[in-house]
Amino acid sequence: MDRDADATPAILAEGLTKRYPGGTAAAVEGLSFRMPRGATWGLLGGNGAGKTTTIAMLLGLLVPSGGRIACLGHDMARDRFAALARMNFSSPYIALPSRISVAENLRVYAHLYDVPQAGRRIAELAAQLQLTDLLDRPAGQLSAGQKTRVALAKALINRPALLLLDEPTASLDPDTGDWVRSWLERYRAESGCAILLASHNMAEVERLCGHVLMMKQGRVVDQGSPADLLARYGRDDLEEVFLDIARGRGREEIPA
Amino acid sequence: MTGDTSRRSAAAAALRRVWGLVYRHLALFRRSWPRLLELMYWPILQMVVWGFVTAYLAGVQNDTAGIAAGMLLGGVLLWEVTLRSQMGFSISFLEEIWSRNLGHVFVSPLRPRELVAGLMAMSVIRVLIGVSPAVLLAWLLYHFGLFSMGPVVVAFFAALLVMGWAVALGVTSLILRYGAGAEALAWSVLFGLTPFSAVFYPVSVLPAWLHPVAYSLPSAHVFEGMRAALLDGTIAWGHLGAAFALDAFWMVVMAGVFMRQFEDARVRGALLNIGE
Repeated sequence: MDRDADATPAILAEGLTKRYPGGTAAAVEGLSFRMPRGATWGLLGGNGAGKTTTIAMLLGLLVPSGGRIACLGHDMARDRFAALARMNFSSPYIALPSRISVAENLRVYAHLYDVPQAGRRIAELAAQLQLTDLLDRPAGQLSAGQKTRVALAKALINRPALLLLDEPTASLDPDTGDWVRSWLERYRAESGCAILLASHNMAEVERLCGHVLMMKQGRVVDQGSPADLLARYGRDDLEEVFLDIARGRGREEIPA
Repeated sequence: MTGDTSRRSAAAAALRRVWGLVYRHLALFRRSWPRLLELMYWPILQMVVWGFVTAYLAGVQNDTAGIAAGMLLGGVLLWEVTLRSQMGFSISFLEEIWSRNLGHVFVSPLRPRELVAGLMAMSVIRVLIGVSPAVLLAWLLYHFGLFSMGPVVVAFFAALLVMGWAVALGVTSLILRYGAGAEALAWSVLFGLTPFSAVFYPVSVLPAWLHPVAYSLPSAHVFEGMRAALLDGTIAWGHLGAAFALDAFWMVVMAGVFMRQFEDARVRGALLNIGE
């Protein structure tokens, strides 16, 4: 774990706002949160709630219209590459080059992240994520579950202190999805890595996340631990809480 | 860590990131021989066609055969350097778009200048793979040695390579601005500069009002220099200097355009869906 692990938050967002040029409404408006090191947080919201825009701003892919982001103590407007070297990202919607092998893909990212002893790190990740037999296969010839494991290996190649995951178990069968969730739980416990997870799978968020940000129309409309949210809305699972928020039902309007 | 050590370590890390990008494209070549073949195909075809034209001209005007062969084949081979340089850069960038991999590349610590350096390195590799067989075949089939112009040919080669990068930076900027819909420019844009580059004829052949256009291009100076080397056996230092000065000018301009489009793409969110 980093020496400054407790000194600065994994993510500090202050008044984060994004208005796309030509757009009328803000995609994200006044988003503020402080995510501690080593925590796993969930970012929930319906389509168009602003999750992807938020993640893109945290990764430096998108310049905020207002506000400030610091990841691992680095201001993303001035010093994003120092932060990016210690972060990583995985999304089923961004592919890895399909024509080159799994090992070649991982070696590319080991170089891009300047990973020392890249061969050893790749072998280590391959063993942990059950990829050893797949290393020579072209990435495009893998099943969805295998691709997810390779994407995770890519996301962990630099031993990130902050990991951003966009729907890490989308399109996986329940067994593979469960395997990935168990693996992530174990990895976070062992490495102390902070994980911000955007997902539509409420059971996954309930299981993995210690804190949840509920987004709607670009704003955080509620937040807390899954247990706090369930108690506050008087519901049995997060999916019902999600539907209450998505459909604009206030806590007092919830049917008994 | 001292300042020097820290700078050396940062430079080594930058080189490793650039190598990462180059390695990705070399791995792709290793697994796709048609890509390699395609690189060589067009320069060889061009050289063969112009070789036959030269042989025909030699039959009609026997006394000028050697000079015509030199100027036409030299022009073809050197212009291919510019074309392959520009395409090598632009198509390597497009490969990242086609594989929908840019999102991962742009959230890695790879700086935009390192991305450009990696694409330039790929451009050099693609030029060497594409043009070397054509140069060798020109010598075997038509007894034309590109290096018979002397070591100055290396300077011509370098000046045209850099011009290709400047044009490619412009093309890449347009792709960042307009998305993959602008990818056709990667193949076509440099052909539009051919008439003004004086590849096969001197600038004086062009109408007077086009002379400033031609002389604003490094390529026109290189080909004037090539003709001086072949006809008079002299090195046209003025043209060579002008070619490199214009290369520097256009590189600065196009690098500025590229950085502006890159930052603008970050504002518009274009890096999220550039392949769509």
